[in-house]
Amino acid sequence: MTALATSLSGGFKRPSVLPGFGLTLGFAVAYLSIIVLLPLSALVLRPATLGISGFLGVLMDSRVLAALRLSFGAAFIAAVVNAFFGLIVAWVLVRYDFPFKRIVDALVDLPFALPTAVAGISLATIYAPNGWVGSLFKPLGIEIAFTPLGVLVALIFIGLPFVVRSLQPVLQDLDKEVEEAAVSLGASRWQTFRLVILPAILPALLTGFALAFARAVGEYGSVIFIAGNMPLVSEIAPLLIVIKLEQFDYAGAAAIGVIMLAASFLILLLINLVQRWSRRHEEH
Amino acid sequence: METQTAGPATAAKVRRATTESPLVRWALIATGMLFIALVLVLPLISVFMEALSGGFATFFQAVGNADTWQAVRLTLLVAAIAVPLNVVFGLAAAWAVAKFDFRGKSLLVTLIDLPFSVSPVISGLIYVLLYGANGWFGPALKELDIKIIFNVTGLVLATVFVTFPFVARELIPLMQEQGRDEEEAAISLGASGWRTFWYVTLPNVAWGLLYGVLLCNARAMGEFGAVSVVSGHIRGLTNTMPLHVEILYNEYDFVGAFAVASLLAGLAIVTLVAKSLLEWRYGDRLAGGRKH
Repeated sequence: MTALATSLSGGFKRPSVLPGFGLTLGFAVAYLSIIVLLPLSALVLRPATLGISGFLGVLMDSRVLAALRLSFGAAFIAAVVNAFFGLIVAWVLVRYDFPFKRIVDALVDLPFALPTAVAGISLATIYAPNGWVGSLFKPLGIEIAFTPLGVLVALIFIGLPFVVRSLQPVLQDLDKEVEEAAVSLGASRWQTFRLVILPAILPALLTGFALAFARAVGEYGSVIFIAGNMPLVSEIAPLLIVIKLEQFDYAGAAAIGVIMLAASFLILLLINLVQRWSRRHEEH
Repeated sequence: METQTAGPATAAKVRRATTESPLVRWALIATGMLFIALVLVLPLISVFMEALSGGFATFFQAVGNADTWQAVRLTLLVAAIAVPLNVVFGLAAAWAVAKFDFRGKSLLVTLIDLPFSVSPVISGLIYVLLYGANGWFGPALKELDIKIIFNVTGLVLATVFVTFPFVARELIPLMQEQGRDEEEAAISLGASGWRTFWYVTLPNVAWGLLYGVLLCNARAMGEFGAVSVVSGHIRGLTNTMPLHVEILYNEYDFVGAFAVASLLAGLAIVTLVAKSLLEWRYGDRLAGGRKH
């Protein structure tokens, strides 16, 4: 029986006494194909109707270039800010005791749970010139909402949990004895952090940074309310996709989409490389 | 541990040397908490403050509005279709991946995570490219008089896409950790496949499944970008709660927008509390990374 199954599947699957392989794998692959693979292939193939010159024509448009620059630039700065403050937040949550620690820990996931449109209108209200925070910056001549700074604020909001949640388990598992060894060899606390702790958590920090960056590049809901959406100034790339769709320019929308998708796959690949590299590093 | 090998005085010195001075410690805590307050707490509080800025009567008037109820009903309907679909998929995928060895398994797991790395707007765009008026299947659908884009079907498809990985990525590592011994024992004692699944596997993964459903549902009810692209914003027909928030806000009905937003924020808080409770009480029965 099992021999027959093996010969039928041509060594594709190792024999097992458990049933349901064909049913579950078949359903999973069919569902994956209909929901994910087929629609994504439409995105990749659609810009082909433009030809290479048409594709480049869409991307070289100054409005598209400005939107892509804003989306990637603001996402990068937001990820840097989140890497810095996220490290501090993760560090105090793992290492120190203070009041309401558990609540703060749970709250870190808020950007995952709060619908982006809700975050968007709320941030726009707070950081508007007459809002709670915006009114503090107004006397300094700094306007946050309805400028590229507003885009940055929204992207910081949605990216924070990625950095904190990537770092927490690694900080938790950090071997205290290595730090003790560093101290007994005469290292100062700052030297221990810089030369012992930081290298150990760097892969996790980079992973969190990349995840926050990737999420921020494509973010839409929390940004459009606070951005002001001025063409060439504070218009993000996802919004431009929506605008092109409303003009029934499907191929143009898909062209921008493909560029953004390619960028997020590149980031995903980098994350995998970082993790593989750090795993190999650990084994030695 | 160090207390066993050295005297208490040395131990205290080492402990002091492997943490920061109180001043640095409190400065770090203050910085971290100030950041959390500015970025996370303030927006959450402001949602409720703005919603109630006109008093309770105005709040309930905004919530009780007929359009709002349409939006609530549609949001519940979309989630009630999308979440069970992804639960069935998550269970099937996890069973295939965790209980069998086959070629291409890691590719399958990678592909399951794919929707998480796609922008919400693109998640809607891909369905317009397939089923929209100018899409691949657009003309054929028009002939058959089937409407997907600017219709509830489109909302469900986009929502299924953005919530696709939640249940599967929770169940796969959990079932892999649990191994196959219990199922193999049940089968060799004569239980049928379904019986084994219902009485052995499902109870083992129940808490993990609940955890995945919780996250899946929160995203399904709160999704904005993807459904915005496929919805067409037809009031009372394809307007989910997050889209209704946008419409009210753009009409300068701020109290109304924040009133609906506060319902969604309430859902987010319930989700976070339930999620934290699951992590604290049943952390050992969730997948590895969730233990607290």
